[in-house]
This record gives sequence, C-alpha cells and structure tokens, in this order.
Amino acid sequence: MEFQHSQASHCESGVMSAMLRHHGLPISEPMAFGLSSAISFAYLPIVKINGLPLVAYRMPPKAIIKGLQKPLGLKMRFETFRDPQAGTQRLNELLAGGEIVGMQTSVFWLPYMPEDLRFHFNAHNVLAFGHDSASGEYQLSDPVFETPVTCPADALQRARFAKGMLAPKGLLYYATGKPSTPDWTVVIPKALKKTTRIMLDTPLPIIGVRGIRRLASAIEGLQPDKAKMFIGQVVRMQEEIGTGGGGFRFIYASFLQEAADLLARPRLNELSEALVDIGDEWREFALSAARMIRDREPLATPALANKLRQIADHEQAFYRDLRRAA
Amino acid sequence: MLESEVPQEGNVTLGGHRKAVYARGADGKIQIVQSAGWEVEEIVTRQAVDDLNQLAEDARQRVASGETSALEYHMHKARMDVPLLSQTSGVWQWRIRRHFQPAVFAGLSTTQLQRYADALGLTVDQLKQAK
Repeated sequence: MEFQHSQASHCESGVMSAMLRHHGLPISEPMAFGLSSAISFAYLPIVKINGLPLVAYRMPPKAIIKGLQKPLGLKMRFETFRDPQAGTQRLNELLAGGEIVGMQTSVFWLPYMPEDLRFHFNAHNVLAFGHDSASGEYQLSDPVFETPVTCPADALQRARFAKGMLAPKGLLYYATGKPSTPDWTVVIPKALKKTTRIMLDTPLPIIGVRGIRRLASAIEGLQPDKAKMFIGQVVRMQEEIGTGGGGFRFIYASFLQEAADLLARPRLNELSEALVDIGDEWREFALSAARMIRDREPLATPALANKLRQIADHEQAFYRDLRRAA
Repeated sequence: MLESEVPQEGNVTLGGHRKAVYARGADGKIQIVQSAGWEVEEIVTRQAVDDLNQLAEDARQRVASGETSALEYHMHKARMDVPLLSQTSGVWQWRIRRHFQPAVFAGLSTTQLQRYADALGLTVDQLKQAK
C-alpha cells in the first residue's frame, strides 16, 4: 500500500496517526494523543538544557507510541543499536521488506530542518517509508512538515545516533500486529481518568497542576539578569516547532470533541471549550513573556507568575470536572 | 483559539515552512489549520539562537587573540557545550577543557583531531581553523 503523508501538530502523535492509518486503522492525531493520555505538565529543575531547566507540556517521549498498544490491541517492536552501521543496515532491511519505520532522531543533524530550529533536541520522531539505494537517500515523512522530505544516509545515521540527553541509540519502531477498532466506551474513559490522575494526584510537586505552581514560584524568584533567558526557555518549550501556542491543550481539546461524539456525551464538548480557553491563556502568557524579552513591556516576573497561578487554578478546575465527566 | 486567530504574521526562523496547529472553526469544530508563524515564537527562537551565536563569536575572537583553541569555537558553532561534546566524542570533559589551550591543541595527534572532527561533523582541516 502506498504511504500517505499528512501534516500534524506534534511529531510523536503525528507519526503514530500516520502509522495506524497505514495499517488500516484511520485515527486522527488528536485521538492518538488523547487515547495515550499524552497531555501533562512537568517542571524539571534538575534536568538542564543549555543550563536552563526543562519544562514539558506533555508526557515523556515514547509515551504515545507505548500508550496506544493496549487500547488498540497494537503490537509495536522497538529496536536500539550499539553500532550505527548495524542500525542503518536494519533500517534498510525493514524498508526493503515494505515496512514503514518510526525513528527517534536529533533535530540538529537533520539537514532539511530550518537552520534556526536545529538545536540538540534528541526526541524528534519521523517515519521512513522509502530508500533509494542508488543515491542512498531516504524518503521521510516528518509529521511537522507539509510534504515528505528526503535525507542523505550519513545525516540520518548521525541524527539517529546523536548523544546527550534522551539519546536515541538508533531507536526504530514498527507495528508487528494489526490494530483493531477498540470499544470506545471502555478505552476513552480509561484514558481520561489516567490523565486526570497524572495532572491532579502525582505525588511529586513538579508534575501536573502543582508543577505549574512550582514553576510560577521559580519565575517569581528569578534574578533580573537570568530572568529573560529563563522565561524565553519556558516559552520556547511551549511553542517550539510543532506544538504552537499551548498547542497540546488545543490538540487535547480536539480529542475531547471527538470523544463527545463517539460516546454521545455532550458534557465533553463543554469541557473541550473550557480547555480551548486555557490554551488561549497559555498563549497570553507566552505573548507577555515575549514582549518582556523584547523590552516592549517592563520585565515583571511577579505578573508572569500570577498569570501561571491563574492557569494552574483553571487547569485544576478543568481536570476535576473531567474526572467527574469520565 | 479561533481559526481566524491563527497567527499568520510569519516567522523567519521557520525558514518558509508552515506549521499545523489546532483551532476552532466557524462551526465550533476544532481542526488542523496551517500557520505561517507567530511573532512570539520568532522572538524566543531568535533569543536562543542569538545567545548561541554570541558564544561562538566570543570564542572566535579569543581564538584570534590566542586565548583559546579553535576547538572551543567549533564546539559553540555546533551549538554544543562541554558535556555534550564529551558524550559525542567520547573524550573526558577535563581533557576537552585542556584542549582549549592553544598550545595543547596545536600538539594533538591526527587521531585525536579526527575524533573531534567526527563528533562535530567537520574535516580535520576545518577543525583547525576558527572560521
């Protein structure tokens, strides 16, 4: 079957949506995202990227790929490699066998990425669906791009074997069993409950709604000389390619709309609207942070912190309502 | 976010690409919409890129005045720091820092230079010059 590329908002949910569609189960990107309970929040002050803490608006990498196995009766096979040559050879074998293969890569080494977005971020997911053995080029479906792209073999090998945090170790993944249409009335409520548990009940103060409050306090306590880089980083994690403007909140809101139809529960439509409003608040936060970075507004970390606390309150209320609706 | 509110002001850091975002259409359904980019994203991405470029430029000037080796310049140019270069090249961090001394760097074997060149995606000749 001919592989069909389609553009998505987030790499991992986009890859899985494309892969499932290819295997005969058309599932939207928001459904892949919601069903694997991928929305989240984490503020990780110990994990540093260029000396600044990591802020994540979703679950860790691979959560979507793994999280979809159980609800869809899907079997994924994961392979990592110590030797880059072996990793490339295995990829070629799989492609020659007609498989479409998901890969974890570093954005920095992918030559088709715009120069300014090539940071050392190691958890970017792309699909390979073809290999031209004459030129050695691979045909890739990068979900955040409008059209399929090509990538030379040496660049792809570098990207797959980049080192550092979340090093991909050549990770390949592909489906070994056929996914089946699930019983939506079982899998969706289960996924919703899992999300509310993570956001409301995680015993660590840096995960979920409490994590947002913790980040607010950290921003409030910033020294003026460090503040701009720090808030820039927070916004970049929120806005970087693929996710856009509290993007995960909007993807999840779309999932809730689909869920409302599938389960015939109009309450989920109302919750979807509430979440769109929260996504817009994240956008407002990003906008005022960016204005402060550019000195269009005086730098006021307490104001940003208060905005975050307001978002935390709204998210808390939202997930409590979602728990009742699930 | 309504479909009509999806930012289309352009973002040079996207290099002409358009990204997909989810927004609410006129019928209330949330769907995927293409965005030419948001100024906010441009500001924060430029901030990070400028910061990295500044580190590389500082290093270049210090190479010119003989205070550091071309290795430090190329490390920053590749947007790496010492821990990442250490993991990528397999050279201990303290040795990398020592190789930032121009005199020590000048005496490195071709094998050692090749290791750095491979890690940084350069040739040995490129590695020796800070440009």
